[in-house]
Amino acid sequence: MATALETVREYTGGEYKYGFVTDIEVDIAPKGLSEDVIRLISAKKQEPEWLTEMRLAAYKRWQTMTEPTWQKVDYEPIDYQAISYYAAPKIKERPKSLDEIDPEIRRTYEKLGIPIKEQEILAGVAVDYVFDSVSVATTFRKKLEELGIIFCSMSEAVQDHPELVRKYLGSVVPAGDNFFAALNAAVFTDGSFVYIPKGVRCPMELSTYFRINEKGTGQFERTLIIADEGSYVSYLEGCTAPQRDENQLHAAVVELIALDDAEIKYSTVQNWYPGDAEGKGGIYNFVTKRGACRGRNSKISWTQVETGSAITWKYPSCILQGDNSVGEFYSVAVTNNRQQADTGTKMIHIGKNTRSRIVAKGISAGTSDSTYRGLVKVLKSAEGARNYTQCDSMLIGDKCGAHTVPYIEVRNRSAKCEHEATTSKISDDQLFYCRQRGISEEDAVALIVNGFCREVMDELPMEFAVEARKLLAISLEHSVG
Amino acid sequence: MLEIKDLHATIEGEDKEILKGVSLTIKPGEVHAIMGPNGSGKSTLAYVLAGRDGYEVTEGSVQLDGEDLLELEPEERAAAGLFLAMQYPVEIPGVSNMYFLRQAMNSIRKARGEEEISAAAFMKAVKEKAGVIGVGDALLKRDVNRGFSGGEKKRNEILQMAMLAPRICILDETDSGLDIDALRTVADGVNAMRSPDRGFLIITHYQRLLDYIVPDHVHVLAKGRIQTSGDRSLALTLEEKGYGGVLGAEFAEAAA
Repeated sequence: MATALETVREYTGGEYKYGFVTDIEVDIAPKGLSEDVIRLISAKKQEPEWLTEMRLAAYKRWQTMTEPTWQKVDYEPIDYQAISYYAAPKIKERPKSLDEIDPEIRRTYEKLGIPIKEQEILAGVAVDYVFDSVSVATTFRKKLEELGIIFCSMSEAVQDHPELVRKYLGSVVPAGDNFFAALNAAVFTDGSFVYIPKGVRCPMELSTYFRINEKGTGQFERTLIIADEGSYVSYLEGCTAPQRDENQLHAAVVELIALDDAEIKYSTVQNWYPGDAEGKGGIYNFVTKRGACRGRNSKISWTQVETGSAITWKYPSCILQGDNSVGEFYSVAVTNNRQQADTGTKMIHIGKNTRSRIVAKGISAGTSDSTYRGLVKVLKSAEGARNYTQCDSMLIGDKCGAHTVPYIEVRNRSAKCEHEATTSKISDDQLFYCRQRGISEEDAVALIVNGFCREVMDELPMEFAVEARKLLAISLEHSVG
Repeated sequence: MLEIKDLHATIEGEDKEILKGVSLTIKPGEVHAIMGPNGSGKSTLAYVLAGRDGYEVTEGSVQLDGEDLLELEPEERAAAGLFLAMQYPVEIPGVSNMYFLRQAMNSIRKARGEEEISAAAFMKAVKEKAGVIGVGDALLKRDVNRGFSGGEKKRNEILQMAMLAPRICILDETDSGLDIDALRTVADGVNAMRSPDRGFLIITHYQRLLDYIVPDHVHVLAKGRIQTSGDRSLALTLEEKGYGGVLGAEFAEAAA
């Protein structure tokens, strides 16, 4: 974020520095999942009947599904009845202005380096603050409204813009898509909603900051971004959670829709608590993110820097439906200690002359495991489709693993797909060279790793890039020697 | 300023000594050249002085300005003012040459408790020094040593040396792989840095480099020891007679 420099200086002491807990009174649902719990969530949010029905249908569907096992990650079975599916700071009603926000929550975000203020330093970024299950604040709404841009929490969107929500919610990731998406559709609590009207170029970065605070809960947020014809938006998401011995589940769904000539740039810096060096605790990050390039000449670009979470299971994808549409995926996934990441993308080429580009960088240290899993699918209709994929892995030490699992399915003879992959190590020569020039071993690792990831880092918005570079360094501390 | 006393070293985990008692004192302002046949321990000496992992000092001491060098980590030695221009400078993909140089300077400044150099001051200094050494703008912007020619790599080493302004400069076979023009540029860069408070240790296989960088003292390292020392004329004698001719038949290079 814009305060990245200061934040980062404060947090360069190493280890996970966002692990504190905010002591606040919460409204929490009893543990376990049932129709009653879903009705309770829906009632708390005063949702219309159709949405309650949608949730219940998803729940029914979820009960018939089984957890996926094809990914290369290992974890103890999750007890879905031991999780509380709703936790919200106790407030009578949503504050009318930013000044009315609970001081404890305000302090939390200050500690995280993203104060809830429309202040000069954050002038270029509008932020939606999601705390456990609810959005607690959204900045710069008035200014955005003047342009017809809707940027609010999902709960508010359901109340204020039901026609848009009803039209698009679940249209990219249907409830039955996968086990975690079905779970999310049944119990999602909040998230961000964005609508950019025709021909509008959003003048500032839109951002959501997700914070898990309460113990024994999961976070199930839902984000929906619609870019109408000829519009443009750049959206960022950041996330942290307290340091705990237990694992916590985060199962989000993100849906993007780009109509004719529209462009969405979606960036993530994921820093959920990764667990300790022995692999105790940490967030299970099981997320479904998908964008639909519905219109001609539309473009969706995913950029992600994944440093946190005990387990990451996530494949931000693009459905390239409109002719000449473009999908991009730029990813850096860092795993250290006992972290496991199975991440990649799917590019589904449907329209003519659709193009996709995948640049994935995996860095493994400690005894961690990192897998790139990707699918490039060119349908019969996708005349002239092109894809370029590059997967690079870097290993630090000799106890970690890196795996690349690319699938390419081509049904059209005019399509061109390229795939390049490399694996490298940080050499003793490189480390010695840096150290002889006065750069400490840890700084040298950070320097070399950042160099390795530069193509992806260059895609991040400026404010995020600085933070992301430091995050990489912190994630890899103590990984050498 | 640099005092090497009876230095013995092995490769870590192996018994075989490579340095078998090297003693050498370099005073401020002096240029020392170390020559020697292949496998004589020249590069090992450079690495041991710089603190590279994988070597073990079994005996002896090294002091830089009275400080025990062997106690320090490589980066601390750099901060103390030791610079090693490497025989094979490594590539660091994705890291621009300029960025690397600035990070090196600031790391050393930080270690010495000095303020970081401002972007403007850094740019000014780097342009000035790069001009003298013949490192163009394009090279500054490229990734560290990536795709550089042999000559470009060596010039880049000298640029780093000039920017970091060390107390003691060690040049390990800087002349290897250089054509005559590149050799001259590199030598000019080194000569421009000669000063009364800086010492040089120039490791070379051939005396050719010493035509351009004229040393005060020449030492011949063979079989892990300095076998003989002299002034500039020793290098010329070596060229004429070979190592065998100067040191005796048992020191002759296998190929010679």
